[in-house]
Amino acid sequence: MLIFEHSIAGRTGAPQAPKVKAAIDDIPATLLRKNSAALPEVSEMQAVRHYTRLSQKNFSIDTHFYPLGSCTMKYNPRACNTLAMLPGFLSRHPMAPEKQSQGFMACMHELQSMLCEVTGMAAFSLAPMAGAQGEFAGIAMIEAYHKARGDNERKEILIPDAAHGTNPATAVMCGFSAREIPTLKNGDVDLDALKQAVGPQTAGLMLTNPSTLGVFERQIETIAKIIHEAGGLLYYDGANLNAILGKIRPGDMGFDVIHSNLHKTFSTPHGGGGPGSGAVGVAERLIPYLPLPVVEHKDNSYRWLTEKDRPQSIGRLSAFMGNAGVLLRAYIYMRMLGREGMVRVAEFATLNANYMMVEAKKRGFELAIPDRRASHEFIITLKNEARDLHVSAMDFAKRLLDLGYHAPTTYFPLLVPECLLIEPTETEAKEVLDGFLDALAQIREEAKTTPELVTGAPHTLPVKRLDDVRAARQLDLAWGSNNG
Amino acid sequence: MPFIPHTEQEVAEMLQTIGADSIDNLFEEIPSHLRVEGLPGIPAGLPEMDISRLMHQRAAQHPQTVCFLGAGAYEHHIPAAVWEITTRGEYYSAYTPYQAEASQGTLQLTYEYQSMMTALTGMDVSNASLYDGASALAEAVLMAVRGNRKSKSRKILIPKTVHPAYRKTTHTIVRGQHIELCEVDYDRATGTTGLDAFKAQLDSHADITAVVIQQPNFFGGLEAVDEITDWAHDNNILVIAVANPLTLAVLKAPGEWGSVGADIACGDGQPLGAPLSSGGPYYGYMCCKQALVRQMPGRIVGRTVDLDGKQGFVLTLQAREQHIRRSKATSNICTNQGLVVTASTIHMSILGADGLEKVASSCHANTVSLVNQLGRIEGVSSAFAGPCFHEAVLQLDRAAADVLLALAEKNIQGGYDLSEDYPELGHAILVCATEMRTEEEIAAYADALQEIMAVTRLKEVTS
Repeated sequence: MLIFEHSIAGRTGAPQAPKVKAAIDDIPATLLRKNSAALPEVSEMQAVRHYTRLSQKNFSIDTHFYPLGSCTMKYNPRACNTLAMLPGFLSRHPMAPEKQSQGFMACMHELQSMLCEVTGMAAFSLAPMAGAQGEFAGIAMIEAYHKARGDNERKEILIPDAAHGTNPATAVMCGFSAREIPTLKNGDVDLDALKQAVGPQTAGLMLTNPSTLGVFERQIETIAKIIHEAGGLLYYDGANLNAILGKIRPGDMGFDVIHSNLHKTFSTPHGGGGPGSGAVGVAERLIPYLPLPVVEHKDNSYRWLTEKDRPQSIGRLSAFMGNAGVLLRAYIYMRMLGREGMVRVAEFATLNANYMMVEAKKRGFELAIPDRRASHEFIITLKNEARDLHVSAMDFAKRLLDLGYHAPTTYFPLLVPECLLIEPTETEAKEVLDGFLDALAQIREEAKTTPELVTGAPHTLPVKRLDDVRAARQLDLAWGSNNG
Repeated sequence: MPFIPHTEQEVAEMLQTIGADSIDNLFEEIPSHLRVEGLPGIPAGLPEMDISRLMHQRAAQHPQTVCFLGAGAYEHHIPAAVWEITTRGEYYSAYTPYQAEASQGTLQLTYEYQSMMTALTGMDVSNASLYDGASALAEAVLMAVRGNRKSKSRKILIPKTVHPAYRKTTHTIVRGQHIELCEVDYDRATGTTGLDAFKAQLDSHADITAVVIQQPNFFGGLEAVDEITDWAHDNNILVIAVANPLTLAVLKAPGEWGSVGADIACGDGQPLGAPLSSGGPYYGYMCCKQALVRQMPGRIVGRTVDLDGKQGFVLTLQAREQHIRRSKATSNICTNQGLVVTASTIHMSILGADGLEKVASSCHANTVSLVNQLGRIEGVSSAFAGPCFHEAVLQLDRAAADVLLALAEKNIQGGYDLSEDYPELGHAILVCATEMRTEEEIAAYADALQEIMAVTRLKEVTS
């Protein structure tokens, strides 16, 4: 039932609003609403019960193993939430005077510094509100950098074909065209193709390392050299930073600008789709272009840098200061982990992924890149199962839900047919990983003996497989309206 | 080890399975000369007890103040149930609902959210959220350029009465796409943008792609939305409405502006259940007419059926999005502000239309009362004639920054200093009093300001 279907005219959560409706007699009637908005009319308890019950229809990290590749679904420590929601933080107005904001600003300044340290970049801005906005800021900075040098012919951003869809979409949003660079079978970038692609039109290259194929790009130094010699800049997509935290830093690999998904590596919650944070870091030469605001520490106090301090900044990305509450959660997480804990993140994420990869192979699954170490994630291709047993990666994914596991990322990266991209993260225990692999093997047995169990899955969830085609053809996007 | 469950024995077993001597061996593909040995610049880890102490100390550095500051972020009452439910792990720690069958909670909630937003705005469809109000306006501008096929100019009229930070953000985000943002000046007497100012921009040689109208505008002024909307549509110009969604409980919905309504409505959802929290996370809402739905950025949830014909919910029209369409997507947006939308949906359910109407009208009544009391003080006057809603501009006879600082010393956040964004207004501040402000607090503000204004000028101000 929808909340609207619980609605009874005249029933309200009255105690939550002012007692009386103040008269509005100084505003022309033509500017006022004639009929009340059709919102549900329910009691507070009805709302609480409805949304509690709805929550129980979700899989989440707190309830299930959630090995979504490239999404880093690790445990979100509860302390991060509790402490970021202290009243002193929640009640701070974004434009409160600096003098009355030093506690918050200290956290932000230290977060900037810690991000510099773990990534090897010279400076950070916390302004971007998600990974894609971090990418936007990064590419806009590359554009501003070339422009400031009078280098106006660089119209192209190079992007490996294994990249996230946000990369090409971002390049285009910033006014560039996106050119794809092929990937070799072993997962590395095709250097010959790259050499042919670079030129005076190259503004930069966007690279995820380790890549979405779950392997470390071994030729990174050569790639950096090729791009830099062509006059381009190197952009690091930090989606997979979890794999290398404390082991190798993007700054040391030669990257000029990076974004870090704090909702992945630094464990802020995914919240059913967001909010995230895509803090951006830069090498020395790009500091003037960083998006605002940035916190500075000077003479024992913290202050915001503005357009006056940074006239070449690409500007603002939000009305205020990005997703401040998310930034506080990341700060708390980093302080709890500390220098020892952060190194362990990459170590145990990589241990878990490599263990699963070997165990998956033992159980007869084909690996997309069999001869290399996995990073924090790896790929199984189910093309043999699809050919011989007529079950798809999607069928495996749906049947996993029945068995109590969230599905890995399916059909991404696009290069690998019938693939599952599996990222266990460091916070999962060995017995959970074993259980998941047993489930995968069980599904393959079912596909042989009782295939309808697999192709008809899920069977035990609140709904069976849903009709996506109907959803797109007979649009129903809001209750009470027929959007046909 | 914090948040890592492995025992030493398990690590040994796992390494043996892998065939590696040590965990360090797993990183052998990384060129050794690029490796770092630890992160000495990061402080040592803190147990929860210690980080808790530190964060309490930090939070305590912010004095408890009485807030008359709005300017895009407003202090409202949020029922305790809202964030109690929102931070349940099933919402808090779930991913984007790509596996629909395992995400019916988030998906149905989002469908309900979309339904509530279309009800409030009077528009046909809503997406599942964008980052915030400012970036939502930028996306609305990009969407209008894609959607208005009759216009070639890529010219957008943006009145100066639109939130300055929204204009700055829009500039940052659309700059790369050769879109011209043309400023439209306001009437100094009323603080609103007259229709004539829009008309002046449309000479016979140029066409215009879209106009932006913020209602109430940044000053709290009320624009002539019906006339501007009809004029725009007569000239094949799309109308982008920017509105504080709480005020739509009592103000005319954008979908009803003029004879056919605005084409796109957007704004910041913060007043519907998000705490001030230093500016975020909030969320940007975006609604539009049916005809524009395929130009919409961001995720959209649709209702459909499962194999048994039972109702269910999925992400739909995904061919607009970056993970499918890549460089041809409507936007690069992926992650949105789902958790804040969760809070907002619960908030709207508990308050209902009646509750939101009471909150909005109480905000208005309190602001009117505040303006009346402050306006009686010598050296303080209303900047504009004509009605305002929820916020208002006061003119001072001395530098606003000094006055606000003096109020801050008394733990009153007196308003937003307009002198940087609007130097032509001289010494002016934007004030608001939400439903949270009591009569006593409003009177205390008046007393404090009276005291401050009575002090002989400390420095001569020239302007």
